Amino acid sequence: MGEFITLFVLVIDAMLRVSTPLVLAAFAGMFAERSGVVDIGLEGKMLGAAFAAAAAAYVTGSPWLGLLAGIAVSVAIAMVHAFACVTHNGNQVVSGMALNITVAGLGPVLALAWFGQGGQTPMITDAGRFKPFHLPFADRLSDIPFLGHIYSEIVSGHNLIVYLAMGLVPLTAWFIYRTRFGLRLRAVGENPEAVDTAGISVSGMRYRAMIVCGILCGVAGTYLSIAQNTLFIRDMTAGMGYLALAALIFGKWRPVPTLLACFLFAFTDAVQARLQGVDVPGIGVIPVQAIQALPYVLTVLLLAGFVGKAVPPRASGIPYVKE
Amino acid sequence: MSALGAPIQAPRWVSHGLVPLINLAIAFVISGLIIALIGENPFEAMELLVYGAFGYPEAIGYTLYYTTNFIFTGLAVAIAFHCGLFNIGGEGQAYLGGLGAGLVGLALGHWPAPIVIVLAIFASALFGAAWAFIPGWLQAKRGSHIVITTIMFNFIAAALMTYLIVEIFIKRGQQAAESRAFEPNAWMPFVHDIFTALGVNVGRSSLNLSVLLAVLCSVLFWFFVWRTRWGYEIRAVGLNQRAAVYGGISPSRNIMLAMAISGALAGLIGINEILGIHHRLLLDFTAGYGFVGIAVALMGRNHPVGIFLAALLFGALYQGGSELAFDMPKVTRDMVVVIQGLVILFSGALEHMFRPRIEALFMRRAKLGAAA
Repeated sequence: MGEFITLFVLVIDAMLRVSTPLVLAAFAGMFAERSGVVDIGLEGKMLGAAFAAAAAAYVTGSPWLGLLAGIAVSVAIAMVHAFACVTHNGNQVVSGMALNITVAGLGPVLALAWFGQGGQTPMITDAGRFKPFHLPFADRLSDIPFLGHIYSEIVSGHNLIVYLAMGLVPLTAWFIYRTRFGLRLRAVGENPEAVDTAGISVSGMRYRAMIVCGILCGVAGTYLSIAQNTLFIRDMTAGMGYLALAALIFGKWRPVPTLLACFLFAFTDAVQARLQGVDVPGIGVIPVQAIQALPYVLTVLLLAGFVGKAVPPRASGIPYVKE
Repeated sequence: MSALGAPIQAPRWVSHGLVPLINLAIAFVISGLIIALIGENPFEAMELLVYGAFGYPEAIGYTLYYTTNFIFTGLAVAIAFHCGLFNIGGEGQAYLGGLGAGLVGLALGHWPAPIVIVLAIFASALFGAAWAFIPGWLQAKRGSHIVITTIMFNFIAAALMTYLIVEIFIKRGQQAAESRAFEPNAWMPFVHDIFTALGVNVGRSSLNLSVLLAVLCSVLFWFFVWRTRWGYEIRAVGLNQRAAVYGGISPSRNIMLAMAISGALAGLIGINEILGIHHRLLLDFTAGYGFVGIAVALMGRNHPVGIFLAALLFGALYQGGSELAFDMPKVTRDMVVVIQGLVILFSGALEHMFRPRIEALFMRRAKLGAAA
């Protein structure tokens, strides 16, 4: 039993760490897609932010300036996407792809030119990072069986961005379902004509949604380079932006299911690390790659309507052209 | 003189030549600015790049070898575009195509060379087609969005191939994740070997006879898309699904057909890479070629001639770019990736930024000419 709890705590702890950037990116995508802008550029925005945050934190020694730089770059990339897709009615998938590729090249190019250490930034000292901190009483409560253990090991001991991401979920749900901005956001993704008729600017709403999307991706990227890791390395997002997109679809573009999907995907990741080469009774050794592919297979099955049905916002992907 | 009531259009050379060139030029100007920003001279970089790509026989060989890959992926993306589909899955389809070629190479490598090579070509096309057919089928029959499913299939392909190579095909007793080498019968002949046999020395490069296959595919592509009923139906579905249905054309059948052809073309990367130069199955040989295909198709406006020119441009960028890194250590292959992204941005997403204004300029002139 004790062993099981230790394992449980380790896996959940790892799950929270992996799911943080996923949650942030998936919620970023939620704002974009709910407004009718398909964004496969989550990956690029995170990667750009990861580089900017690491570079700024290294130069200034301040994680906060790093965060600011990460958000600024991510929002800038989001604005290029909006400029192409909203202002010029460009193809949203093409634009997202273009930005992903550009950023994937630009990060290492600038890193090499500025820091001269291959395509990465130098290591960032502890002072320049978001470090885990312990919540009050974590030490004293850890002796209490189960609950105290969970508090000190799972709830406590993360960095600020993890708590920020978890706090973001109820906030976003409230924002999207209970505020005027949220109502308009949902409307502009479902029926832009109606929004336009009501005298609200469709492109204005979509630009605002993309700014929020940029901010969240910026936080996600910052987390990767200066909270979870200690430097920027090339392609450090490693498909996480696409996984976030899958989580968003899996969560049917709704906050709580999307959060759960992120947890599920992060959980498979945490379990996979533990199952490597382990002989599972009755099944045998499960190939790591099978678990790695699981989120993508599940998303395809969901999209195909074999497990539930995912219906995207009606106007997503379609440029709005006033008649 | 245009017919009465017909919309006034800008001349073809403007919409198909000038506008794409201007978009391309902007992408290159911005790339030049980035090179200047990191402290190198963009004009010097350009000179080195052109020399590195075309300056001597080996360079030309390598440029054409990269061009071969980009023709395959460019055509793959283009046939899907003709059907109104965006196939981002070229990378995964190419990976599976390599598996098809590799299986034939491993199993039948001792057969006579022409037979095993032809079989490998069919196998790689078939495996690539199958990997693209599933998303096509899901789009046509289940309405799942092809962009998302092809992205997911890239990741699934990567996991599958890693498993197969690391767990099954790996050569016993070695660390490197690759299979044993094929027998030389299953090697696509190198172009430099053929020239040497003819008594001409062109220098060694990766260029192999797959380049002829790429040219053949380009010709067949043109014939298929513009000269057959199937091509006509695919284009009709791409232009207007509802109108196609009125014409008795089945969108779902054509979506599946277009995706299968697209996957087959992407799968042929496996011939150039696996049969052409590596002669064994290995990890990550696709190296992003599938994504370059998007830029190539957009730049080439989905026409084989345009695709050839765009593929040559990217072939030169890849080859010249890797040479460039020797003389300008700051300008690495990553810079080529940046240029590729900017080309997709300006030839694709921002295609409409300047088009209306430039075309309006020439339409006005056309009108004045008609009035005079």
